[in-house]
Amino acid sequence: MTIHLEKAVSRVDGPLKVTGRALYAGEFGTADLCTGYVVNSSIAKGRILRIDTTEALKVVGVLDVLTHENRPAVASYNESYTDMDAADGKHFRPLYNDRILYSMQPVALVVAESFEAARYAASLVRVDYESEPPQADLYAQRSEAHKAPTELPPDRGDAEEAWTQAPVKVEAEYHSAAEFHNPMEMHASTVIYSTDGKLTIHDKTQGVQNSAQFISNIFGLPDGDVRVVTPFVGGAFGSGLRPQYQLVLATMAALKLKRSVRVVLSREQMFSFGHRPETLQHLKLACDQDGKLVSTIHEVMGETSSFEDFTEMVVVWSASLYQCPNVRLKYDLVPLDLYTPLDMRAPGAVLGVYALESAMDELSYAAGIDPLELRIRNFTATDPASGNNPYSSKELLECYRQGAERFGWNKRSPQPRSMKEGRQLIGYGMATGVWEAMQNPASAKAVITIDGSVVVSSATADIGTGTYTVMTQIAAECFGLPLEKVTFKLGDSTLPKAPLEGGSFTVSSVGSAVKQACEALQQQLLDQAKQDDQSPFKNFELTDVIFENGTMRIKASPQECIEITELLKQGGSPSMEALASASPKEERDNYTTATHSAVFVEVRVDEDFGTVQISRMVSAIAAGRILSLKPGRNQILGGMVWGIGMALQEEGMLDKKLARWMNHNIAEYHYPVNADIHDLDVIFVKEHDEIVNPLGAKGIGEIGIVGVAAAIANAIYHATGKRIRDLPITLDKVFQS
Amino acid sequence: MNRFSYSKPQQVSEALQQLSDTGRFIAGGTNLLDLMKENVARPSQLVDINALPLNKIETTQAGGLRIGALVKNSTVAYHPDVERVYPLLAHAILAGASAQLRNMASTGGNLLQRTRCYYFYDVGTPCNKREPGSGCGALEGQNRIHAILGHSEQCIAVHPSDMCVALAALEATVHVSGPSGNRSIPFADFHRLPGDTPHLDTNLAPDEIITAVELPPRGFAENFAYLKLRDRASYAFALVSVAAGLELNGTSIGAARIALGGVAHKPWRCPEVEAALIGKPATEESYRMAADALLQGAVGFEHNRFKIELARRAIVRALSEAAAGVNAQ
Repeated sequence: MTIHLEKAVSRVDGPLKVTGRALYAGEFGTADLCTGYVVNSSIAKGRILRIDTTEALKVVGVLDVLTHENRPAVASYNESYTDMDAADGKHFRPLYNDRILYSMQPVALVVAESFEAARYAASLVRVDYESEPPQADLYAQRSEAHKAPTELPPDRGDAEEAWTQAPVKVEAEYHSAAEFHNPMEMHASTVIYSTDGKLTIHDKTQGVQNSAQFISNIFGLPDGDVRVVTPFVGGAFGSGLRPQYQLVLATMAALKLKRSVRVVLSREQMFSFGHRPETLQHLKLACDQDGKLVSTIHEVMGETSSFEDFTEMVVVWSASLYQCPNVRLKYDLVPLDLYTPLDMRAPGAVLGVYALESAMDELSYAAGIDPLELRIRNFTATDPASGNNPYSSKELLECYRQGAERFGWNKRSPQPRSMKEGRQLIGYGMATGVWEAMQNPASAKAVITIDGSVVVSSATADIGTGTYTVMTQIAAECFGLPLEKVTFKLGDSTLPKAPLEGGSFTVSSVGSAVKQACEALQQQLLDQAKQDDQSPFKNFELTDVIFENGTMRIKASPQECIEITELLKQGGSPSMEALASASPKEERDNYTTATHSAVFVEVRVDEDFGTVQISRMVSAIAAGRILSLKPGRNQILGGMVWGIGMALQEEGMLDKKLARWMNHNIAEYHYPVNADIHDLDVIFVKEHDEIVNPLGAKGIGEIGIVGVAAAIANAIYHATGKRIRDLPITLDKVFQS
Repeated sequence: MNRFSYSKPQQVSEALQQLSDTGRFIAGGTNLLDLMKENVARPSQLVDINALPLNKIETTQAGGLRIGALVKNSTVAYHPDVERVYPLLAHAILAGASAQLRNMASTGGNLLQRTRCYYFYDVGTPCNKREPGSGCGALEGQNRIHAILGHSEQCIAVHPSDMCVALAALEATVHVSGPSGNRSIPFADFHRLPGDTPHLDTNLAPDEIITAVELPPRGFAENFAYLKLRDRASYAFALVSVAAGLELNGTSIGAARIALGGVAHKPWRCPEVEAALIGKPATEESYRMAADALLQGAVGFEHNRFKIELARRAIVRALSEAAAGVNAQ
């Protein structure tokens, strides 16, 4: 029995957020704060010939215009620019030199006493360029592709031969458009300059220590001189995994002017850095008459920049999701004159699994087998990509069963175009989802004070995912305290070391550290009790005692109890603290650890116009223990909604001549609005796991979106008989094909 | 921000007097403020017209309705006379923007809103509408949301309004005041095609102000439809929209109005096509003929050719729905 974990707890930071007391990176300030506004390039490739700042500097309130010609010194070696989520190659350096590498590259920062003055003056900065024609067409540049610098699972068998010989096979090419993160909070950095030259930076980031290290390195500042403090992040989805250019620019200005500076990007400028890459995928699948897979060939071509090789886990899933003796994978990158792509929610998996699960659906029709049944027949309890390691847990079959039952999959009539209601064609589609359950080393500190309250801290982030809440629950559970007696602190680079907040590994990594720190503190309390030779605890270990409402008790004889405050008094200190580091245990190496899902979708299509409505969706998730039900369900719902966006709406529209994203605002970059969202249902399937980490929880940030786009595309096929292999599936593609 | 002066006159004559060559009137500001932030509009003067006495909805002697230029879009949409007599207009307004925007946006301002062409909004790109002579970025660029009718080599932008499509179908009249007095502009003549002067959206002179929009008595309340097709279910501009109104004599058509949105630099109408429907049976075949005639000469571009067939289907559906009276109360 738990008192907090696996319960529906409201967010502990909710009141702060809804009352506006939660401060975000662009909301911190000091009395002498000045504002920077970025000037972006209008060309995509070439050189800056001249920057004329005369008119801008005349604007009342303007303090300076920083360019590559007058910026403070920065590191020149590439190693200094690395970050915790760096891609292979050379990190982009804002205002480094006269070269233009992509359209909307920052070329100047206007700093003024007010935001209004800075923005107006930015419009007066004149930049003359020498322009070269950019290359931004993935299809046209296909011949320039090179192998992605990442290790793929080894080929198995002879996939080409097996495909040729197989009785049932499909071959198809899938395309997906570039997507932009568009978190509600725009990227922002406020650099507070103190008279001793030390910097306190409020940066929109998923890793405060990542930002701090990056700034220390490139400006040659001693580690202790840069502190990054970001208690709240208004959504990030991967956009804050790497330090973005506004952080560097704000720091440059602060160091040059010796003043506190804030730089907030505009919504338009949110399209001037990373995005999910446009991707082309070629799939060949074959099975025998019983539907058993005999060949999987998955080739991917993803977009990257001219200065970095962005790689993600896009093809690996095809080697592990199903049992298949013959597998060949290929992953190439095509450099374009655009900014480097950037991890976005379930990076790689949403794309690779979209193509794989679309092809599986095509195969099901070719084989004449129900799409769900085809997946069940190819289910594997071991991981073929890792030499058939067992999974630490894998309740995917339960996801299929419970999801299908809740959805009513058995009401599906097998033939495409066979379900109708008035003018609407109705289609059922499904797909499998998968994501890795990772754990990274992390540390946490737990402090208990004389008033009985506990404070736990770690330099992780809460990007809206519920980190504050779940960590509070874990610590409160350990101590048997009400949530109000426990505080969790995060988002400060001086706190114990934590990995980036991403990859769905925060609960697994930081949560384990929080648990261990609490247990280490409990051990100290027990040791303190044992100092007294008469103590009833004398012969007991930590596993023999429980903590409850400020007391420590012996499980076997609960009447033997001591107040924690009494223990602290005995120790002669008003508080006691413990630091712990958690690392993945070696045992994990013998297992594959992953989350799984089964997604079921009902679409209604008006065939005259090609309009698609997602009338129902059920997502059954197996992700170990779900420690915090409300933020947990919230994560999955968000993933499902984004999956709808990916499938039907989201598309960075690139002007290929200008190599410029043209719909750089959220009126014209479409993602779902409330009217697009109907009945969404989340099932958490019970999954017991003692291998993955001490909490048995796998993390759920990514899994909710994986598979959704395929399930929708598959449902559209079932409704209309039209197979649209190009995301987003806009109405024109549906009614015209 | 661009420095600008600000004044808030109480009377139309005062407002006209105060407006300078580089000044702009501002009412709801839902479009102008965006354009100023994007550095697309740089007025030196804002004349705030919200205090002018132009915020009434009144019945006219002719039996129509006169909507003051400052009446908010949401007020028009939910006005009992509009709901009863001109539900087509109410439906069109409610298909546009969001509740928040409709609460701010004025009737006159809706007529004067600028295109949503990506290039018009991005000062880093060429646009003849924003900067005459700089070229049209959309012509060979991203043109999904652009025109298929009435465009020129200079400009392929579309007018983004939903409300105006209904006003065109209802044959509204735009009342304006200027230094030399008042005049009335038939709705069909209010907006312009781009031609060689894409920087001009309307035939309103720079020194004139819209005072009211007048609706004639015919409202097509029994048989109407506003059909809007877009890339998501709400808060997106029309790829294609159709305002349709019919009067039926039994099973044949007595009168027809069809206006298209999202396809041209102005709400698109062909009175000849409407006239040709009179006396025809109210059948899909008649509607298809009308659709073909309306779209005669339509030319699409790389990303928007689909609009031609989409518009054809939308016209047929809208007329069918109108004839069936599915939207009538």
